[in-house]
Amino acid sequence: MEKFIRHSGRVIPMNRINVDTDAIMPKQYLKCISRYGYGDWVFDSWRYLDPGDVDTPISQRRINPEFELNKPIYSSASILLAQNNFGCGSSREHAVWGLRDYGIKVIIAPEFPDIFLNNCFANGLLPIKLEQQDVNRLFDLAESDLGLSVTIDLNSQDLEFENERIKFKIDENSRQGLIKGYDSIEATLQQSEKIRTFERRYFNQYSWLEVDLK
Amino acid sequence: MTKSLFDKIWDSHCVDTNKNGTSLLYIDRHVVHEVTSAQAFEGLRAASRRPWRKGSILATPDHQVPTTQRNQGVAAISDRLARLQVKTLDENCDEHDILQFNLDDIRQGIVHVVGPEQGATLPGMTLVCGDSHTSTHGAFAALAQGIGTSEVEHVLATQCLVQKKPLSMRITVDGKLPSGSTAKDLILYIIGQVGMAGANGYVIEYAGAAIRRLSMEGRMTVCNMSIEMGARAGLVAFDKTTETYLNGRPFAPKAALQQQALEHWLTLHSDKSASFDKEYIFNSDDIAPHVTWGTSPEHVLPITGSVPNPSNLDDGQRNQYERALEYMGLSAGMPLIGIPIDRIFVGSCTNGRIEDIRAVAALLDGKTIASTIKEAIVVPGSGLVKAQAEQEGLHEIIISAGFEWRHPGCSMCNAMNPDRLEAGERCASTSNRNFEGRQGTGGRTHLVSPVMAAAAAVSGHLTDARTFDQED
Repeated sequence: MEKFIRHSGRVIPMNRINVDTDAIMPKQYLKCISRYGYGDWVFDSWRYLDPGDVDTPISQRRINPEFELNKPIYSSASILLAQNNFGCGSSREHAVWGLRDYGIKVIIAPEFPDIFLNNCFANGLLPIKLEQQDVNRLFDLAESDLGLSVTIDLNSQDLEFENERIKFKIDENSRQGLIKGYDSIEATLQQSEKIRTFERRYFNQYSWLEVDLK
Repeated sequence: MTKSLFDKIWDSHCVDTNKNGTSLLYIDRHVVHEVTSAQAFEGLRAASRRPWRKGSILATPDHQVPTTQRNQGVAAISDRLARLQVKTLDENCDEHDILQFNLDDIRQGIVHVVGPEQGATLPGMTLVCGDSHTSTHGAFAALAQGIGTSEVEHVLATQCLVQKKPLSMRITVDGKLPSGSTAKDLILYIIGQVGMAGANGYVIEYAGAAIRRLSMEGRMTVCNMSIEMGARAGLVAFDKTTETYLNGRPFAPKAALQQQALEHWLTLHSDKSASFDKEYIFNSDDIAPHVTWGTSPEHVLPITGSVPNPSNLDDGQRNQYERALEYMGLSAGMPLIGIPIDRIFVGSCTNGRIEDIRAVAALLDGKTIASTIKEAIVVPGSGLVKAQAEQEGLHEIIISAGFEWRHPGCSMCNAMNPDRLEAGERCASTSNRNFEGRQGTGGRTHLVSPVMAAAAAVSGHLTDARTFDQED
């Protein structure tokens, strides 16, 4: 996984609460068996005026000019500013793959649901929780005519914009994972001996659970 | 030291906790379906890894499967990519020698119906699945969590989840649900009270007399929708109801092992003075049948209510409510009773079990659905639920009322297969999510209990299942 240390970018404000993962990546794209290639379909039913499927050429779709992602001012933005509970609902990691493939590096919101949070960290996206009042202030700036650019430093856990600085806090384990860009499976496998020792003791105590289904 | 049920399960599965407070949590059971597993198996292959304990895995296809016919197996899936996805699950299970109930197997069905039905979900277990409704299995006093595909790969490779211990919440429901109200109405009511983000970061234990009175099916319905409040998991303590349900299930322990297991299972409850990070106490005596009016499960009211008026709300909520009403094609103040319905869906991991189908058949007996209903379908949660219902003759009542009797799968709950709403169509659905487009692009979902869905089918509109007989 790519390392995440510092990132500067433009902010896209998406001022809706409880944006669910069905909205971020609709069902028709969940039949793909790849981990990549979902960027054109992120927020599909808000982003386009016509329905689409995997085989619909993107060039033939009708763009919804009212939708945030389609406004020229936000065209190269990589930081998504969202409202409370962004990413709720289905566990589909395809939602995060879509955001990542579109070019989103950071998502800022007052609160994220747990599964979505884990899916972000697993794919090198940084979800930042800020107080509602700070989020509201960022919305005011990002929705203004000039828009907003911010810089995020994951080492110091600072978000900087227009001579201001907001501190944020990321779970230490997840922060280290992003900074080092490590393979979390490899990290766990380095503890294989601990897991095997646990299993011996565990199955000794709960022997009915040692049964293989097949 | 006094412990909650959650503490007990967590502690007994904690392999290690590092200096950052992050634990390695051992996973007993891994349930797998086609939509969230292909990339995980591919990841294993790319890194030359094998599943840590293949015997812990149970797989079955459910999301993409057709419900109209089953005799051609995978070939009956019309969509090329969906067919490839189900075939990929077949191949991955073959390659790693994993137990799979494929499309030709009578035991195939929705993962969260199949696991408990087979006794593959047991009290005290940790269980994961790449599906948010994994919380269903918590009804068995098992810590059951939905995870993403990267975590599916992690559990396949290591048999562990890397996790910080979530906070704990207890929701106590006293009293007795009134006649005509069900577990679905109870959980819809709770979601309305706690809110859609109200349990983010928490594991919920459901307790109290009203929960104890529920059947295992009812408890599964309640735990299933824990995720609709953002909870990591939902739990119900082990008791006689759990024990009776598990007795004789194919993968449940037998003979001497059963006795050993039972001794442990009897400890699976919160100690009397256990503390929780958050508590709610509700009374179920007055909970009427509930129905959602908007595009979030928290947009829910008793069926006797009216569509809310957004102008009474603050800015953020007003925008959300106005947007929801526009999407749903409803206006403020409309009574919920009388909203016309186009389609009826009975099924899903929330309400696709035998008890749900019995409730539908009991209401439909001798009645027919309204002529204005375009389609009404019952989709059993598994092949075994279907067989049981047929043995009881329920399918005959359901078919003669005008419903279609389908093959098992997730079907119109998430509309990945061909069962879906057209834009603008309105559905009374026993499923779990009424998000925009959930049941089909532009489709409008009203979440209800099975008996309320059946009553809507007969009336042709949303109605109060307790009194609609008098309406006719």
